[in-house]
Amino acid sequence: MKLELRGISKRFPGVIANDGVDLLVQPGEIHALLGENGAGKSTLMNVLYGLYRPDEGEVLVDDAAVHFQGPGDAIRAGIGMVHQHFMLVPVFTVAENVTLGIESTRGPLRFLDRPDARRRIVEVSERHGFHLEPDAVVEDLPVGIRQRVEIVKALYRRSEVLILDEPTAVLTPQEDEELFGVMRSLAAAGTSIIFITHKLNEVLEIADRITVLRRGKVVGTTLPAETDENELARMMVGRPVQLQVTKPEARPGEPVLEVRGLTVLDDRGHVAVAGVDLTVRAGEIVAVAGVQGNGQTELVEAITGMRTAIAGEVEIGGRLLRLEPRRVMAAGVGHVPEDRLEEGLVTGFTVAENLILNSYYLKPFSDGLQLKRDAILATATELVGQYDVRTPTIFNDVGNLSGGNQQKVIVAREFSRPLRLLVAAQPTRGLDVGSIEYIHRRIVEKRDEGTAVVIVSTELDEILALGDRIAVMYQGRIVDILDPAEATPERLGLLMGGSGEAGAGAARNGASPGAAMAAGTTEGEA
Amino acid sequence: MSEPGPGAAVPAAEVEEPAAAPPGPEARPAGRFRALGGRALVPVLSILTAFVVGALVIVFSDPETLRLFTSDPVAALQRAVEQVASAYSALVSGALGSPTQIAGALASGDGKQIARAFVPISETVLNATPLIFTGLSVALGFRSGLFNIGAEGQLYLGAIFATFVGFSLSGLPLVIHLPLAILAGFAGGALWGFIPGFLKARTGAHEVIVTIMLNYTAYRLLDWILKTSVFQRVGRNDPISKVVEESAAFPRFVGDAALRANWSTVVALLAAIAVSWLLFRSIRGFEFRAVGLNPGAARYAGMNIGRTVILTMIICGGLAGLAGTAHVLGPSRTLTPGFSPGWGFDGIAVALIGGSRPLGVVLAALLFGALRAGATPMQAATGIPIDLVVVIQALVIMFVAAPALVRGIYRLRTTQVTGTEVFAKGWGA
Repeated sequence: MKLELRGISKRFPGVIANDGVDLLVQPGEIHALLGENGAGKSTLMNVLYGLYRPDEGEVLVDDAAVHFQGPGDAIRAGIGMVHQHFMLVPVFTVAENVTLGIESTRGPLRFLDRPDARRRIVEVSERHGFHLEPDAVVEDLPVGIRQRVEIVKALYRRSEVLILDEPTAVLTPQEDEELFGVMRSLAAAGTSIIFITHKLNEVLEIADRITVLRRGKVVGTTLPAETDENELARMMVGRPVQLQVTKPEARPGEPVLEVRGLTVLDDRGHVAVAGVDLTVRAGEIVAVAGVQGNGQTELVEAITGMRTAIAGEVEIGGRLLRLEPRRVMAAGVGHVPEDRLEEGLVTGFTVAENLILNSYYLKPFSDGLQLKRDAILATATELVGQYDVRTPTIFNDVGNLSGGNQQKVIVAREFSRPLRLLVAAQPTRGLDVGSIEYIHRRIVEKRDEGTAVVIVSTELDEILALGDRIAVMYQGRIVDILDPAEATPERLGLLMGGSGEAGAGAARNGASPGAAMAAGTTEGEA
Repeated sequence: MSEPGPGAAVPAAEVEEPAAAPPGPEARPAGRFRALGGRALVPVLSILTAFVVGALVIVFSDPETLRLFTSDPVAALQRAVEQVASAYSALVSGALGSPTQIAGALASGDGKQIARAFVPISETVLNATPLIFTGLSVALGFRSGLFNIGAEGQLYLGAIFATFVGFSLSGLPLVIHLPLAILAGFAGGALWGFIPGFLKARTGAHEVIVTIMLNYTAYRLLDWILKTSVFQRVGRNDPISKVVEESAAFPRFVGDAALRANWSTVVALLAAIAVSWLLFRSIRGFEFRAVGLNPGAARYAGMNIGRTVILTMIICGGLAGLAGTAHVLGPSRTLTPGFSPGWGFDGIAVALIGGSRPLGVVLAALLFGALRAGATPMQAATGIPIDLVVVIQALVIMFVAAPALVRGIYRLRTTQVTGTEVFAKGWGA
């Protein structure tokens, strides 16, 4: 199916989200839509999916103008969308989710025809090598598989154009590759794919054609062969971008963080962190790599007091600490939490309130009883300027800022205190290149001021860019600590998958050799 | 009652001197007004719509009008308009008094006459007072993410405690006895609020369930306690308490027997100011609101969620307790079973209509108080049943709870409402 958007404009009060956007997607083409947060990608796709009506311009399907009144029309016209946040019912099975709303029925009383649904789902999923189990309950499936359920859901509705909204944001590198395989297979079968992302390397790897949006306008359309990451970044941001972090040699000092034999349980009561030892020195960045779900989250939560450890101890600045968020913070620890909306920010609070979220009870923001408004506003104003938070005023609801600016609010809050130790989990998840560049620069600055830094990330690029030492976690243990010079993506990938050279790793950090040898596959390969 | 203060929870336009706000100073008052107007818009339109629908109820519940519509539509219309006009004017003058009567009374200079002219306003204020307390109680809970359905039970406990202190001590001066009795009323409600707070913090028991159950417990506790020798009035067989000492009763604003409004209303307004300060100026309120909006982030920020929940419920309970206190130390001076006409539950509606803001709660409580005060005179004057007022109250609640409906009726620009938003915003604020 050929899809064309012609001169689409969409205005919101005070914002022109789309300004005369043209987009042409050929049958069987993987068309990447690239742009920073707020460039208008989502608005454009919502227009295409019938959620918004454009102020100007038209949508053409196979050269005929169409007017979608809602997503139902778009779906009937063969357009399918996989949202970044999945639209699945967790307690339903794969088959129930896929058929939801268009269930096969039989008889006059319209009983559900489960065997028929199951058969058709297996047929669709096998055609593209998905190997979905129709009776599996969605909440038991890993993220990568859930995404496939979403894709099958679209295909089951006979979609010929598939919109994938930042599909790799939630995936591990391995799962990324599998998704790309699926995309290629779909495109080969004639499905057009609109691939929304801001990750440059992915675009170059998978796309047939690339359209770049900036501030609601098309900056240009190009082919992967004719461009490179630097040029795409420049098109996206509107200025040359430093993609590689330039950082001077680390000068590690005294140990600041000493973790010994830390054991932590996850929410289900399983051992998530199994006796981890880790030392981080002043003035160095230790980057913790690993596939999501190998204990990094719990490790960070335990160190920062968000989760109780069942064994082991943590010393910060030479003092054994009772691990509670407030004590940990008072010991000079900055924490950029993994989930900025669940933990990092209070949406519904203003930017100013979020900037004092964990120091509101201290001088000069309070006298122990009342908040000191003047001091709060002065500090907030200063931080917003200093950390380049783009917000109309400091009184705006933080929930209305873009992801990048929300993260900057957290960074401003955490980095502006005198820090001994900085713990940042997924500090740039879901952010655009401009924001990533900015946050990386700030982290390196903190290191150079003599702060010990722990970064946890599932992005190999980030691990390699920032880490002065790279620790790899697998099944709750640190299986190896590498020097960046010897850490190639391939070697890291192997270690993250559990098939590292056990001897070297174990010797270096004292973990039990057995863990490193446990050869296994990642969840995504189910 | 002033605007909630610090840069705090307040949207941009509302704060007096945003150091960083780019818009020029001349733009600000308008912006501030608009923000306030924007918040009040849906409740005001809801009230308006409720009265319009109420008028239709008046018209269509009258068989004579309906019969006339088939034979003589003009006469029918005339009758309908007259009926609605007389009902609503009776309601309003029953709640606020009639201007001519007030003017006449003031001109005559006769104390009795003046007092009689101000009876409606006095009754409105009197009826609003317990609702201010329960409304504040529920609103504070909403702000902290708690749904306090237990205001009804808490107000009974407050009444029991206040009554006990009110009749058991004697010979104290008013300035000591009354505050003691008020504090006792607060403490009684606070105790009843502490129980669900503590259970939620320690065991995760849902406050909705626990507070509902405690409402029943409170009813029965009151029944039982009124039969004990400590409480039961000497020489009586029915459940009625001893009389509260004069020194523990809220003095009336005016000595006249017809004007029942008393100083409990001032206490209620002070409570609203206190809640406003607590929520928007104090560090505890910062914690309450953070826990209410995002417990995960509150924990990350080092706040003690359990302690916050317990403290919130204690204060919620205490505020509701003051509603019962206002009754037993006010017009009633005695404790009887089931004396509340549902103030605890109406408090939920008041908090909802007031947008969980202290000022809004006071205004909404005054509206409900006025409806209740005007209902009986309306029935007496026009024969339209008191139940009309209940219908109007219910309609206001319904429209406030469905802002999309109101915006739709008046073709207001809507902010896009998604399913998740509805669920996430939930009750209250």
